[in-house]
Amino acid sequence: MRRSPRSPLRHRRGFTRRSFLAGTGAIAAGLSLGPQFARAAEEKKLNFYNWDTYIGETTLDDFEDATGIEVKMDLFADNDELFAKLKEGNPGYDVIVPTNDFVERMITADMLVPLDHDKIPNKANVDSAFQDAAFDPGRKYSMPYMWGTIGIGYRKSRVDGVPDSWSTLLDSDRYSGKIALLGDASNVLGSTLKYLGYSYNSSDAGEIAEAEALLIKQKPHIKTYADDNGQDLLLSGEVDLTMEWNGDILQVMAEDDDLSFVVPNEGGVLWQDTLCIAKGAPHPENAHAFINFVLDAEVGAAIADFIQYATPNKAARALMPDEYNNNPAIFPSDEVIARCEPPLYLGEAVQRLYDESWTRVLAA
Amino acid sequence: MDSWRRNPLVFWAVNLPPSVWLVAFFLAPLTVVWLLSFGEKRGLVEIAITGTLDNYARALDPLYLQIFAKSLAMAGATTLICLIVGFPVAFAISFAPGRWKPLLLLLVILPFWTNLLIRTYALIAVLRTRGYVNFTLEWFWDLGNRGLELIGLGQLHLLGARFEPLVLLYNNMAVVIGLVYVHLPFTVLPLYAALDRMDRSYIEASLDLGAGQARTFASVVVPLAKAGIISAVIITFIPALGSFLTPDLLGGTDSQMIANVIERQFKTANDWPFGAALSFILLYATFFALALRSLSARGSSAMDAA
Repeated sequence: MRRSPRSPLRHRRGFTRRSFLAGTGAIAAGLSLGPQFARAAEEKKLNFYNWDTYIGETTLDDFEDATGIEVKMDLFADNDELFAKLKEGNPGYDVIVPTNDFVERMITADMLVPLDHDKIPNKANVDSAFQDAAFDPGRKYSMPYMWGTIGIGYRKSRVDGVPDSWSTLLDSDRYSGKIALLGDASNVLGSTLKYLGYSYNSSDAGEIAEAEALLIKQKPHIKTYADDNGQDLLLSGEVDLTMEWNGDILQVMAEDDDLSFVVPNEGGVLWQDTLCIAKGAPHPENAHAFINFVLDAEVGAAIADFIQYATPNKAARALMPDEYNNNPAIFPSDEVIARCEPPLYLGEAVQRLYDESWTRVLAA
Repeated sequence: MDSWRRNPLVFWAVNLPPSVWLVAFFLAPLTVVWLLSFGEKRGLVEIAITGTLDNYARALDPLYLQIFAKSLAMAGATTLICLIVGFPVAFAISFAPGRWKPLLLLLVILPFWTNLLIRTYALIAVLRTRGYVNFTLEWFWDLGNRGLELIGLGQLHLLGARFEPLVLLYNNMAVVIGLVYVHLPFTVLPLYAALDRMDRSYIEASLDLGAGQARTFASVVVPLAKAGIISAVIITFIPALGSFLTPDLLGGTDSQMIANVIERQFKTANDWPFGAALSFILLYATFFALALRSLSARGSSAMDAA
């Protein structure tokens, strides 16, 4: 996924990119009617700080063609890097792409600029489910970009049926030694909390301790805690089941038909990457124009088509082929989604509970 | 030795750039981290330097001491294996014909031309279940089976019904293999420097006077190379102790080393003061070991003089 620099799935789909290019010409005409006088004050530049392989093939060029604004894109590897880089002051980024709980952190730390919704009319394209967000009430600071889940990637020929419960990974010796889990405190403990019937965002020390005990008990059956390469372990046959981001597994599924992905019935995490404007952004007007551009139906569809993530853009989804819209690895069923939770920022004290718990799991 | 007093301008011209460099990029950042270790978190991004010792107290919790101990053991094992493997290598290079030496040394240094991350990923490709070691073993297994079939024993499955690949990756052994692989050049180079400088006539004298090969090695070569061995140990052990990439990529579920904990404090856990305290405990321990070494060196040179 965005976390690993891989070539995206360029050759898999029959959907033509040319139709998008034709479409973006029309948008260019539309955009140029915007409030020119306001933008005239800003130089025609935009600094975009994004995940790797996480934008359409021609999106940035199309934006420049449409508006004359030149986009310079830098890449970050994870939210921690994004946060650490902006923590000591914005080095000049306009649009950034933090994940939900980090949006909340950045709001708390006063690192984001409130959005002017009047300058983002394409907000209307966003699915009603994403019009508001628990981590950013009223969407004051963030616009949804892409979303996804964490579930189980598995090798069909080595696993009986569909492993649609976290118990397969967390509470069973059936696939002993052929299991990898993610390597970070919040996702592993959070998924375990879900399996135990608690909230992914539990801040109860007793519940976290229970999850910790289960993880320690399961340790002999786990091969490794893979930070960023669970999909490679699955692809190379090192493990048969792995806890992973859906996008990561989708990428290896394109290389190996024997692989599949499922979000367990207990639910899990439902993450959402968002477009935000960093405090101290040198080009806030251009940033609004860019966010509005990305939320356009055709542009959004071109991006989703290229990176194969679930788009929250209803108008964009309407333009996508069934192959994308009906892919359960991209869009899990509504019942499962209903049981998923967005990760929340729980405060520093709870953060420490999670970290110490995770250190104990690793040291056990 | 007081020529710099006579030519202060030359002295400063030569020494200013490295001094500025040292202060700006080594001492200043280190001081910041040192100060942070006495800080308290106030919310998400603010850290107040209050002079608290809480971070150090927390670092002395048995949980973290256990991880320190584990890291020391891993780094110790790495250093020991590096010495055992590196000594013969350094010995062979120092006794090699003169025109071969540069080439052999180049071979030792060659891995440094590739990034550590890439070398570690390459090691994954070698060690994993479907990696080159297991491919090779499977090839021999196939060959053996075919041989058995030829002599009519194919039905007995003498080599097992199925090839069972070795589990080489994702355990502590894999971490030690990775650390040895990465740090071996650090061991070989100082050993080579010491052995190459050694006066060969001592070895000849020892052999002439009736000491065997083993005795000569233990009583003559090792004492003469002692300074090189100590340098090799220090220069191997310290970076091995602070490794986090190798246990991260090659380690299993219990291969966490102290540097992994420190890395987490600066990233996901967002607890810089605690991470700073852990780093400085590691640094104090290193200083302590170095001080012991220089004390013992002074002691032994005093003995030599006496």
